[in-house]
Amino acid sequence: MKDFIRGMAYVVGDNIDTDQIIPARHLVYSLSDPEERKLYGRYAMSGIPDGLSGLPKGNIRLVEEGKEQSSYKIILGGKNFGCGSSREHAAVCLQIAGIEAVVAESYARIFYRNVVDGGFFVPFEATMSLNTEIATGDELEINVNLGTLKNLTNRKQYGLKPLGDIIEILRAGDVFEYARKKGLIKR
Amino acid sequence: MGAMTLTEKILARHAGRAHVGPGENIWVNVDVLMTHDVCGPGTISIFKKQFGERAKVWDREKVVVIPDHYIFTQDTHAHRNVDILREFVREQELPYFYDVGTERYKGVCHIALPEEGHTRPGEVLFGTDSHTCTAGAFGEFATGIGNTDAALIMGIGKLWVKVPPTMKFVFEGSLPPYLMAKDLILWIIGDIGVDGATYKAIEFAGDGVYSLSMEERMTLCNMVIEAGGKNGVVAPDQVTEEFVRSKTRRPFEPVHNDPDAKYDSVKVYRSQDLEPVVAKPHSPDNRALVREVAGTALDRAYIGSCTGGKLTDFRASARILKGRQVKIDTFIVPATTEVMKGLSTETVDGENLLSIFQKAGARISEGASCAACLGGPADTFGRLNRSEVCISTTSRNFPGRMGSRTAQVYLASPYTVAASAVTGRITDPREFIG
Ligand code: SF4
Repeated sequence: MKDFIRGMAYVVGDNIDTDQIIPARHLVYSLSDPEERKLYGRYAMSGIPDGLSGLPKGNIRLVEEGKEQSSYKIILGGKNFGCGSSREHAAVCLQIAGIEAVVAESYARIFYRNVVDGGFFVPFEATMSLNTEIATGDELEINVNLGTLKNLTNRKQYGLKPLGDIIEILRAGDVFEYARKKGLIKR
Repeated sequence: MGAMTLTEKILARHAGRAHVGPGENIWVNVDVLMTHDVCGPGTISIFKKQFGERAKVWDREKVVVIPDHYIFTQDTHAHRNVDILREFVREQELPYFYDVGTERYKGVCHIALPEEGHTRPGEVLFGTDSHTCTAGAFGEFATGIGNTDAALIMGIGKLWVKVPPTMKFVFEGSLPPYLMAKDLILWIIGDIGVDGATYKAIEFAGDGVYSLSMEERMTLCNMVIEAGGKNGVVAPDQVTEEFVRSKTRRPFEPVHNDPDAKYDSVKVYRSQDLEPVVAKPHSPDNRALVREVAGTALDRAYIGSCTGGKLTDFRASARILKGRQVKIDTFIVPATTEVMKGLSTETVDGENLLSIFQKAGARISEGASCAACLGGPADTFGRLNRSEVCISTTSRNFPGRMGSRTAQVYLASPYTVAASAVTGRITDPREFIG
């Protein structure tokens, strides 16, 4: 896990469900095929209605048309981020698109687990609704160890909730490494 | 030692502990791991990467593989997914595989599991699908997980869980004839919101719940995830045990709440006070009384899915559709092949359901599957490809869930959907049922 995560913010609203993160028709691509895998990056967050994509202005795509990598690094979400289906594709597609952290007011449980156990990126919880404070395109810096988020565009700083128990899994890399450390997987 | 809820007790037993309490992280032993065509291939590839190409699953008897999502489509990627499942099942010699195009094909996993005796009181079931919580209706701990967690279970038969606190919802009095389990769960989600039960267990209780059939209890538990819940559960009773014993000879040990168990919250409803409801676009908690939105023009009605495509759901729809004509495109999608067969054997006033639906002018799916419940490939039966307004017995109405992002979906009970299909407008089922 990095000590600092820096990059541009991409802002969305409440209740972003997994169908909006990766629409169901894309779930047929193989995640183990390196070329097909990239398609998940291309379609990450493509199910969000245009007006609500990249707030406050809207009509901004996380990943530009035809590209597989996003120019944004940190997603700012509202309440219940990742609700809906259990598809891990939703967590992985954000990693494939180059997202290193999501900061949301709260998460849906299965999505949160998937992110942590897969070690895809760091899921932070905000202590207030930051998605109305920060605009898409703002430069952010997260201090992972201190649990703070700085908006470099306007110099404002915010506290994040402690990561809690999951930090052990994130530090190990993923749930498999964690289980190995605990002696649950013999090697 | 403090008293425990049903959920806490099941988890404690599977962790080899005398007691567990909410918030504790524990490793539990898994009784059944279920996967399907959308998440199975990803799970398998992670399993092999982590445990080796030649690794074997921890227990062949405990892995159940049910292709159901993208079945009746020409999409080649979708077919490849089923091929990956076939190969894995062959190599691992898994006994419980319900393959497409064979006699054993079932359809929607959450309905197939109980039909085949894989849901048993007191057990722990994980599945790579969020609606795995449906199986809580059988008095077990059941919840959805992602591919990574499923791959870990495949290898070691265990998973860590944070013990959830339990919210209890009690329904007093049996349901009036125009209400279904779907109305109850939409009512709850409307009250607590789509994140109202995040990280929590929801237990359904009261004589209103215990008077329901297994299928109706499944509808309740099915939509717990729409409130963010970790699992839904109904304490097992005679109805549960009789159902399970009719499906399997495996022994099971029912678990019950301790009398003084502690709940996160308890809410009591009087069934008589409730009315038919819908969830308006685009969220399952966007509740309205049917009479408040009555008259809203519709393009389509959809009756299907693990939430609303069981035999009970079609029997209910048929009661209203019998001898009537639908005014809008109405899609009938049985959840499983067993439900499909039931359409020809079950009758309402002497006429079988299939004939009732055909005469009403509804379109009946050729096969059992998830179909348009989750949109799926463009050629999926019943998929919303434009800006249609649809009333549906399914579980989710987020933007784009049933296909087009510009479509609008109202969620409702089979009664309400059938009544609305007849008039072409959202209609209170009480206009047809006393
Ligand atoms: S029927 Fe719908 S909700 Fe049920 S498993 Fe299939 S896609 Fe999911």
